[in-house]
Amino acid sequence: MSWILKNLWLIPVLPLLAAGISALLKRPNRSLSAGLAIGALGTSFLLSLAAFAQTLGKHGAAARQVHNFDWFALGDTVVRLGWVLDPLTAAMVVMITFVGSLIFIFSVGYMSHDENFTRFFCFLSLFAAAMLGLIIANNLLLLFMCWELVGLASYLLIGFWFHKPSAAAAAKKAFITTRIGDVFFFLGIVWLYSETGTLLFYDAGRGCLEQDALAKMVAHSTIGGLAASSAIGLLLFAGAVGKSGQLPLHVWLPDAMEGPTPVSALIHAATMVAAGVFLVARVYPLMELQQAGVSQPIPLTAVTWIGALTAVFAAFVAVAQTDIKRILAYSTVSQLGYMFMGLGIGGVGVGMFHLLTHAFFKALLFLGSGSIIHGCHEEQDIRRMGGIRKFMPTTFATYAIGMMALSGVPLVFCGFWSKDEILNAAWLYQPSKIPFFLGLGGAFLTAFYMTRQMCFVFAGKYRGGHETAHDDHGHSHSHGDAHAHDPHESPAVMTLPLQILAACTVLLTLVSTPLWPWLPHYLNGESAHLDPGHLFNAGTLTLLLVSAVVVATGIGLGWWFYGLLPAEKPDEKDPLEQQFPEQFAWSRGKFFFDELYAATFVRWNARLGLLCNDLDRRVLDLLVSIVGWATNGCAHIAKLFDELVVNKLFDAGCTEVRRGAEAASELQGGQIHQYLRSIGVALILFVFILAVGCNK
Amino acid sequence: MSPLWCYLTVSALLFCIGLAGALTRRNAIMVLIGIELMLNAANLNFIAFWRFSEHPETQTGLMFALFSIAIAAAEAAVGLALIITIYRHFKTANVDKVEDLKG
Repeated sequence: MSWILKNLWLIPVLPLLAAGISALLKRPNRSLSAGLAIGALGTSFLLSLAAFAQTLGKHGAAARQVHNFDWFALGDTVVRLGWVLDPLTAAMVVMITFVGSLIFIFSVGYMSHDENFTRFFCFLSLFAAAMLGLIIANNLLLLFMCWELVGLASYLLIGFWFHKPSAAAAAKKAFITTRIGDVFFFLGIVWLYSETGTLLFYDAGRGCLEQDALAKMVAHSTIGGLAASSAIGLLLFAGAVGKSGQLPLHVWLPDAMEGPTPVSALIHAATMVAAGVFLVARVYPLMELQQAGVSQPIPLTAVTWIGALTAVFAAFVAVAQTDIKRILAYSTVSQLGYMFMGLGIGGVGVGMFHLLTHAFFKALLFLGSGSIIHGCHEEQDIRRMGGIRKFMPTTFATYAIGMMALSGVPLVFCGFWSKDEILNAAWLYQPSKIPFFLGLGGAFLTAFYMTRQMCFVFAGKYRGGHETAHDDHGHSHSHGDAHAHDPHESPAVMTLPLQILAACTVLLTLVSTPLWPWLPHYLNGESAHLDPGHLFNAGTLTLLLVSAVVVATGIGLGWWFYGLLPAEKPDEKDPLEQQFPEQFAWSRGKFFFDELYAATFVRWNARLGLLCNDLDRRVLDLLVSIVGWATNGCAHIAKLFDELVVNKLFDAGCTEVRRGAEAASELQGGQIHQYLRSIGVALILFVFILAVGCNK
Repeated sequence: MSPLWCYLTVSALLFCIGLAGALTRRNAIMVLIGIELMLNAANLNFIAFWRFSEHPETQTGLMFALFSIAIAAAEAAVGLALIITIYRHFKTANVDKVEDLKG
């Protein structure tokens, strides 16, 4: 067993230590906390590289190494934990530690004015630790624990500026919404345990993802003819839906943008929200089990459809948003939908491939938006930006690369290839062609809304800082010094991570084209070869052309609507709104999911709460009061009995005892002779009795 | 050898003398001496009954008497120590004057 496999636990534990130490520091020490967090995650990155190197050159089952150990024994049951090192783990830990380190460095600049700087880094480290633990876990229980920990860290970081009511509400919303999915997830875990008797994924043939357990689960038929494996798969997927913000539990993710932007980049774009996708990929052997009499694996069908619907739905909503981060949030939801679709129809390699590329360019986009927000004095409304290109050239260049990768501009951007891989798989998907067209529609919308955002933010002239700017965001603008409020480029500590991420976005392309599809094959545990023939395969080429045309149409339409005549004033009507007022209203209103939930679940819940309150006050309180009164009455009776009967008797008894004792104490004369005399008399009496007795 | 009753009579006399002494004397030391006499009367009884028993060869009475004497010595030591302490405390050895333990 290799050194790195035995010590894989160090990867999550180092950031955990950093979090613990900076939490225990007596007084906040900015440079120490930041240094600890970045140093720990950097070291984890190096360890991850070692782990990654360990998995290279191995294929199939040989690429998976596990290390299990006993945690504790409860009677005869031994609870075992462990970690697993396979291409999935290795790729994820490298991505998380690398992107995470860059985001930590970015945060040093972004949060420099915040007074709770050390708390921020403590929470970030805690998050990184939990996320890495989630990735390496070889036990569903351990995975679930880390899953809840990342949820907690997400809650803490969304609510980082808890003095803002909207941030506090968003934190609660995120926590409670994901909790709904987690309940199902937990049910799935319990069911899985009762079916297989273990929660270890891989355990030399005894794990719950290995042949014996899978065969047992697929044979066990439950309610409605659904095999246990399918039911458990659906339950686990429900957990993933909550965490990854899929329909219908997506509502928390856009609101989560209330947190600091580095948090949005790390947690709500690159890593935590991808945990749901990762979960499905991790339990893929369970998901793809095909029960008798059904042509497709039921869980995977659900994954595909939810993913496809979410992809196009969220992209449609993103079109009409005006908050720079909310656009990106809906884009994240949409891209997560793509990942699920990729998992459902193409397998682990396809879905995880998009997850990895997406992590890079979405982190880039979020950090870029952070840089813009920082430069524009905490302004987030794209209608009050414009012309930023002149002020922030580095941010513009890197943001453009991220935007092109997200939109899927052909050839040199990894986003194009990973999205193409998904569309390719969707085209070959037998049961239905609808996911393919949904995906294509999503790709078109993505290109469109990203172009719209680019035009609003970077083209035209700067619309913020004018007299028309509303003063509702806390800055007081005085006339005449508008130039002092012009946007400014961010410091190097923020632009450097942007440049590195942009470089990665392009460089990742080298290992992801169909010419040499090393990354997707590596994730599947297969080897990849240079294959020029595959690229010029007729089907592949057609699809490439189709998606390129779709993307070009999206970008062209976006440019036509927003780029030709850039908005002049912040409160101008959106050009799209003039053309399609009805559709635009639906998109702007996010399909009124929040209102729907507020009118149904939230209101029902509130009613139930009021009902419970009434029940509590009117019925239960009354019962409690009756019991109280009854007890009080009994107590009074007991008191009277005590005073009148027991006390009297006791006093009488005491008097008698005292009188007897007084009489007895007369015998205690203190005179030794008296005692001796008594003894002598007693002796004589005894002798006399003895003598009389013996003579009888 | 004198018959058993001679011994028993001597022993009874000794006991009675001791008892009378212990009961009548005021001086604590004299009381203690009376007690010692009674003890020795008992010892004499042990020896006598042993000597006239069916198995005089077993030495049990002898051992009993030896233990009794040893305990008497220990008891005398303790008693004398008590008397000395009483004397120091009350400045008298008259037991009638020592009656602080009256109930």
